[in-house]
Amino acid sequence: MALRMVKGSIDRMFDKNLQDLVRGIRNHKEDEAKYISQCIDEIKQELKQDSIAVKANAVCKLTYLQMLGYDISWAAFNIIEVMSASKFTFKRIGYLAASQCFHEGTDVIMLTTNQIRKDLSSPSQHDTGVALTGLSCFVTPDLARDLANDIMTLMSHTKPYIRKKAVLIMYKVFLKHPESLRPAFPRLKEKLEDPDPGVQSAAVNVICELARRNPKNYLSLAPLFFKLMTSSTNNWVLIKIIKLFGALTPLEPRLGKKLIEPLTNLIHSTSAMSLLYECVNTVIAVLISLSSGMPNHSASIQLCVQKLRILIEDSDQNLKYLGLLAMSKILKTHPKSVQSHKDLILQCLDDKDESIRLRALDLLYGMVSKKSLMEIVKKLMAHVDKAEGTTYRDELLTKIIDICSQSNYQHITNFEWYISILVELTRLEGTRHGHLIAAQMLDVAIRVKAIRKFAVAQMSVLLDSAPLVASSTQRNGICEVLYAAAWICGEFSEHLQEPQRTLEAMLRPKVTTLPGHIQAVYVQNVLKLYASILQQEEQAGQPEAAQQATQLLLERLPQFVQSADLEVQERASCILQLVKHVQKLQAKAVPVAEELSALFAGELNPVAPKAQKKVPVPEGLDLDAWINEPPSDSDSEDERPKAMFHEEEQRHAKPRQAEVDEEELARRREARRQEQASNPFYIKSSPSPHKRYQDAPGVEHIPVVQIDLSVPLKVPGLPLSEQYVKLEEERRHRQKLEKDKRKKRKKEKRGRRRHGSLPTESDEDIAPAQQVDIVTEEMPENALPSDEDDKDPNDPYRALDIDLDKPLADSEKLPVLKHRNAQAPKPPEKEDVPVVEKKSKKPKKKEKTHKERSRKREEGRKKSTQKKKKHKKEKEERGKDKKSKKRRPEREEATEPVQNGAPQEEPLPPMSSYCPLAENAYVKMTYDVQGSLQEDSQVTVSVILENHSRSLLKNMELSVLDSLNTKMARPEGSSVHDGVPVPFQLPPGVSNEAQFVFSVQSIVMAQKLKGTLSFIAKDEDGATQEKLDFKLHFSCSSYLLTTPCCSDAFAKLLESGDLSVSSIKVDGISMSFQNLLARICFHHHFSVVERVDSCASMYSRSIQGHHVCLLVKKGESSVSVDGKCSDATMLGNLLEEVKGTLAQC
Amino acid sequence: MIKFFLMVNKQGQTRLSKYYEHVEIHKRTLLETEVIKSCLSRSSDQCSFIEYKDFKLIYRQYAALFIVVGVNDTENEMAIYEFIHNFVEVLNEYFSRVSELDIMFNLDKVHMILDEMVLNGCIVETNRARILTPLLIIDKLSES
Repeated sequence: MALRMVKGSIDRMFDKNLQDLVRGIRNHKEDEAKYISQCIDEIKQELKQDSIAVKANAVCKLTYLQMLGYDISWAAFNIIEVMSASKFTFKRIGYLAASQCFHEGTDVIMLTTNQIRKDLSSPSQHDTGVALTGLSCFVTPDLARDLANDIMTLMSHTKPYIRKKAVLIMYKVFLKHPESLRPAFPRLKEKLEDPDPGVQSAAVNVICELARRNPKNYLSLAPLFFKLMTSSTNNWVLIKIIKLFGALTPLEPRLGKKLIEPLTNLIHSTSAMSLLYECVNTVIAVLISLSSGMPNHSASIQLCVQKLRILIEDSDQNLKYLGLLAMSKILKTHPKSVQSHKDLILQCLDDKDESIRLRALDLLYGMVSKKSLMEIVKKLMAHVDKAEGTTYRDELLTKIIDICSQSNYQHITNFEWYISILVELTRLEGTRHGHLIAAQMLDVAIRVKAIRKFAVAQMSVLLDSAPLVASSTQRNGICEVLYAAAWICGEFSEHLQEPQRTLEAMLRPKVTTLPGHIQAVYVQNVLKLYASILQQEEQAGQPEAAQQATQLLLERLPQFVQSADLEVQERASCILQLVKHVQKLQAKAVPVAEELSALFAGELNPVAPKAQKKVPVPEGLDLDAWINEPPSDSDSEDERPKAMFHEEEQRHAKPRQAEVDEEELARRREARRQEQASNPFYIKSSPSPHKRYQDAPGVEHIPVVQIDLSVPLKVPGLPLSEQYVKLEEERRHRQKLEKDKRKKRKKEKRGRRRHGSLPTESDEDIAPAQQVDIVTEEMPENALPSDEDDKDPNDPYRALDIDLDKPLADSEKLPVLKHRNAQAPKPPEKEDVPVVEKKSKKPKKKEKTHKERSRKREEGRKKSTQKKKKHKKEKEERGKDKKSKKRRPEREEATEPVQNGAPQEEPLPPMSSYCPLAENAYVKMTYDVQGSLQEDSQVTVSVILENHSRSLLKNMELSVLDSLNTKMARPEGSSVHDGVPVPFQLPPGVSNEAQFVFSVQSIVMAQKLKGTLSFIAKDEDGATQEKLDFKLHFSCSSYLLTTPCCSDAFAKLLESGDLSVSSIKVDGISMSFQNLLARICFHHHFSVVERVDSCASMYSRSIQGHHVCLLVKKGESSVSVDGKCSDATMLGNLLEEVKGTLAQC
Repeated sequence: MIKFFLMVNKQGQTRLSKYYEHVEIHKRTLLETEVIKSCLSRSSDQCSFIEYKDFKLIYRQYAALFIVVGVNDTENEMAIYEFIHNFVEVLNEYFSRVSELDIMFNLDKVHMILDEMVLNGCIVETNRARILTPLLIIDKLSES
């Protein structure tokens, strides 16, 4: 040991590398943990050394250990050290370790921002690549925000490799920092047509991922993707695109029609199974979303089903599995097409592979019909017997129950059969689904009245064999069935054949070994059973038998009184006292049966799960108002018991009167109906008003159970579902014969017009064996509509639900890296503002102005017909409003010393950048010019056209006389004299906005262009061709882009000396300085760099890169503006424009 | 979306793991054990897709090494299945007949290959040449 220590320190120069570590671990199989902890100690030593090579080696080993499950988060800082190594081989190791173990919660991650930025802009494409790859694993919202702009720039890198990576990482950036999506999207879209196939597929990838989450924002890209789909040969890209179309079609059905053809072609032609599978899936999705009015709809479905059949028949298990999986999707909408392949699916139930069997089971669920249910379940029952693993058997069991109970037992024609199936299922050993079977038994017994007698008989048999059931499966869930059995026998005890025997069975000592909650049900139902025995015996005039029963209870109940379960104990002692009392009365020969059974009068009806939620609040009831004065703290406990017994009082209030005459009954019924109508707690009963009384003996209201006489009411011993299958078949056969006879007779009467009716019976022909009245779940009267489809607020993709077509606002630009200089003179007010604040200050201001502008736009569009779009925008607007409202106080704090109680800043008047363009009797035009962010010589003119006539304006065309300097961008192939069509029509009173792009060569002077809007105005009288001349004014300000600038860079710019100077002065200004600045910012696209008292420096940049700096000073009633700009002409013109604005203030 | 990519041998030892959503380190070992257990329990005549908790496992076996990919339900199972083979082919080309030891000793390289092919949990590159070019350049750089 000591020797090794010495050796270790000598060998420090030749530290263990990863290979040695791997070998070492393999050689220390017995004491691996010890060896590794030793290695970790060594690594810790290595990390303390100065040599970056040693550190990198250590980190490399740590990465391996992390994979083996060792926590290495303690080394996070060392990892960052290695990441910042200058040598690529080390840097790579650092980034690998970081991508394996960093996550959003890693606090040191913020230290990496600058390092990553450095690597991103590194001249070596490997540094950049490795940084990008690493980012995709550990990018945090902060990193995303800070680096978004850098990565966006990389999307236009000269190296395709970097472009590709940057495009891919942008996806992660969008997720973490949704605000970056809109500014980056145009560039991302460009990449769809990148010459490099790698970059192109990366862009497809990212956009597909984005679009799948929020498809509606990407509908406009559909034509582009359609082109890609028909031209691409890369299967992986095709899969992505096809998946995307699957998401788009539900929103745009026309797309679906267009898709079917290329997709079916692909299905026919492709050899790649993955692509085939994707196509089939998408075709299915498309067909689901299309309305069924498609002509070759069924052909496509048939094609899919056929292809899937081939897959399922394939010997490859994977294809079989996928075929079944896709089949289940078709099943939902086109069950008929799938049902014809029942043979194949049943065959799959016998497959060796459990996954395949489970998929086949899923399919069966949708394939059953009245006709096939029994056959399918029979098959499944056979599988239950054969099944080896419990998981699969449990799955089978749940599936059987699912299949039978689906849509309100729709497919069950014979409930006796179903009950016997359930009873058979109880014989399964080791199932965990006892409660499921129990729930079914209860549900069927309660809801299918006709079956109660049969169910009770079966349940009593189950109870009789209870010790058997309980002993063999004590530890697992099957004893839950006894819960249901006991309850059914108690509640419907009047149907019991041998009540005494059941009573005896329920009081057996072995019952005490059952779980507490089941015992409790036993005890409670013993009393019900006892009550009905007493009644029967008293009526029969056999008091001895009644006393015997009493005696039995008195003997056996004490064993429950001793139960450790509180519930059992409480109920048992309660009942014991009751029975003792009854005994006394019996001794005096007082009839007690009636009173006792009155305890359990009334019927329990199933209540819909959502019923309680849907009870409407009655008018005038304020649930939040105090009923009494708010209580003091102490007396809240007294109220609880009252509420607890409320329900029972309700129930006891309706005693079961055994022998009341008809009139009395009718009267009471009426009274109760009245009471119920006004009782808010009462949940309305099902349509049949009789059923509440059905258990009152001797009354004609008992629904007559019409059971086919051929079915024996009692099957000796436990029933066999097989028997019922046969019986049911016979019954159906008879039914058919009868029907046929009737038909024949009819036909004969009609003179035998039609021969050869199809021999197969359709589903509807099979009448159920029992006149089954399935009691539906009850809902309160005038139930409130449900409020579902709440989206998950935590979905990360929700934040990316962003309208991408809206023009980009200045405020949305990605933050650009700015250097913070500690020596820069700070205005005194800012001192206590945190540094971060400074960075975000400028965008805030812009955001506000942007808000103003967009509000104005909103007004302009108020009447727009595109309601949907508007809606969306308004929502966004609201969100933004909130944001800027929140931020505003901060800003004021930062710029001005706020005094307590100082008068509020005068509100900014609403501003609009839209200037009137022209107007005539038909249409009013306003416009705004914005420099383009992407192109250095383009401006976008947004024209709002407002129709204030009564005619419909259509075929609108804008033609402009180009000048040498300024030209309008026209669609390809059109000549200079052609107009550009306006892409919409304007109904009366509606306004809409159209955008036109102009290219400009020189921007130093303002430009004017003459133009004409021609249109056809159509009203009832006819259509007239009209036109409207206008002059577009491109001011110098419209070529400016609001660009933030930090004071530091600003100072440098002023010092550089290559700017020309000019100044203006305007008198007679009354507006506050704050508003003045806001106006300049808004109308001339400047941003405030710094403001001290009544002096402010402002900056802007033209689309061609001219810097413009302004120094605005406010005197008593005058404002002077000194400007510096890289172009003297431009500055002169700009200042004239500013002067104009100021003169209006 | 791909949630994780694992290479595990028959003894249950992880040879490569990559998670595309953060998973606590102690949960990773647990998950890996369960995943390999469910893969090992399957015979060759069973399909390569396992429904596991709320996601799907797609696996392929190469000698004693299992490659297991966990995906959510929007992913095309067949595409992932084909992708695994594609990945192995790339490894084969790079290491010329890849073995388990190659993967252990060159963990970083395998990670780089995987990073070229899968990013953000999506398959992003399947072209063998485009995947290997950056690696080969880096190898040349470190040699010189």
